[in-house]
Amino acid sequence: MTATLEKSPAKAGPTARKRPGRRWTRWIPYAILALYALTGGIGPLLIDYNPVYTSLPDRLLAPGSPVSSGATAWLGTDGTGRDVLAQVVYGARTSVLIGLATVVVSCVVGVAIGTLAGYFRGWPDMILARGIDILLAFPAILLTIVIAGAFERSVLVVVVALSATAWISFARVTRGVALSIRERAWVDAARVLGVRPLAILWRHVVPFTAGPVVALATLEFALVVLAEAGLSFLGIGLPNSAVSWGQTIANGKQYLATAWWISAIPGVALSLLIITIGILGDQLTARYGRGHVR
Amino acid sequence: MTLLDVRDLRVSFGRRTKVVAVDGVSLAVAPEETVGLVGESGSGKTTVARAVVGLVRPDSGAIVLDGQPLGRIGRRPAVAHRAVQMVFQDPRSSLNPRMTVASVIDEVWRTHPVTAPDGDRTAALHRLLDDVGLDASVARQRPGELSGGQCQRVSIARALAAKPRLLVCDEAVSALDVSVQAQVLRLLVDLREKHHLAMLFISHDLGVVHQIADRIAVMRRGELVEEGPAADVLGAPQHEYTQSLLEAALELNE
Repeated sequence: MTATLEKSPAKAGPTARKRPGRRWTRWIPYAILALYALTGGIGPLLIDYNPVYTSLPDRLLAPGSPVSSGATAWLGTDGTGRDVLAQVVYGARTSVLIGLATVVVSCVVGVAIGTLAGYFRGWPDMILARGIDILLAFPAILLTIVIAGAFERSVLVVVVALSATAWISFARVTRGVALSIRERAWVDAARVLGVRPLAILWRHVVPFTAGPVVALATLEFALVVLAEAGLSFLGIGLPNSAVSWGQTIANGKQYLATAWWISAIPGVALSLLIITIGILGDQLTARYGRGHVR
Repeated sequence: MTLLDVRDLRVSFGRRTKVVAVDGVSLAVAPEETVGLVGESGSGKTTVARAVVGLVRPDSGAIVLDGQPLGRIGRRPAVAHRAVQMVFQDPRSSLNPRMTVASVIDEVWRTHPVTAPDGDRTAALHRLLDDVGLDASVARQRPGELSGGQCQRVSIARALAAKPRLLVCDEAVSALDVSVQAQVLRLLVDLREKHHLAMLFISHDLGVVHQIADRIAVMRRGELVEEGPAADVLGAPQHEYTQSLLEAALELNE
């Protein structure tokens, strides 16, 4: 009787405490991300933009000015008369696509290598550990620049160049998780049962990397979007026919004093995306990063 | 007639500074017999258990089941893999927290298709859970929703699903509180008869071993110091170490 009496308030406690205050604010990052996805997904269908078309009479127009074609440049125009709003919209698509592709590629590669090395130990682990040391010994962006610079500019090269360093964090984190999970009794039990090693890895080890991997994926996404903008800013990222925030920001740097909107607006779009993903990453870490493995 | 024959088993850990955990242990378990392996912490009894199931590779010595030497884990034939199953000490971590009880049992059936029931798997699962004293509703639950005793019953069910001949229990009831301990011990005794199991029962608790073992082997610092029928070892211990173990246990009881 006492047990049932004690149980109900205790059960209501945490659920009741979770609700107030955070109910709608925690959806803000999702809403902003959805906005970016919508902008990147649907925006290009609504706004027409040709990155190689220039309109000299419309150079460096301030936000809200009418252009020669009769439309309004809501976010102004750049040094060659191209619409900044269109560049931000098309750039959103580029950034999100490249970010997603790189994170997926490096996540799959990193988790596979990391868990294999951590679970099987021995020589694969040794090669990985030394490989990570070598790759960590010089700045990641340097390797990215070397790869991106060595090949002709294309989306594929950018994804490969960014993945070449991004997978390392995934491998390092999942190796650590695998090293600890392999000592758990349920892994021993599966081995005693005669479950095949790869099946043990897939069923009893890999699922426990999900929390840290999701948290890391958000962080990496932000870093990758930044790195892509950086590469494009340096002129070794995406080809000129593609639209990238990095390129737009680079184009505006000589007009910073007179036409701030060219660099500032894509810069704000980039910063907002990175900050939002950071907040989302913290939320996901708090919810999935711990607790499931005890 | 022996089922399990361990001959001159030696196990050590560490590469540079070798720590000898098991130093020449020979042990035999007959079919349907329960051998209790007792000793203080660090005496090497768990290492013997892990070597028998293949989780630890011995430096030397033979582990023979039914006349067939048991090789390394993963290299054993499927029959040998099934024949020796283990119940671990910590009830919670011996089950994958992400898997439901149903999928834990299903994994056994998928790994060893010969053990899979022919007809209705759900009915077979419920029968198995009933065997270990669990309600059918447990099937959909995950270890986090179960008590320690229930988790241990699931572990026992998983071991039984493989239809083993030898069950190695490594401190299987030590982590449970006393009333649950007695229930799980009772269950093991019942299942032993029902499924004609031989058991290697490792425990530091002489009282627990007394209730279940036919024969008792006493280990100290990696060596076997005394072995014999349970009544003899506990009634008239020959070795001084066994005597001091018994005295310590009796003092606690008073």
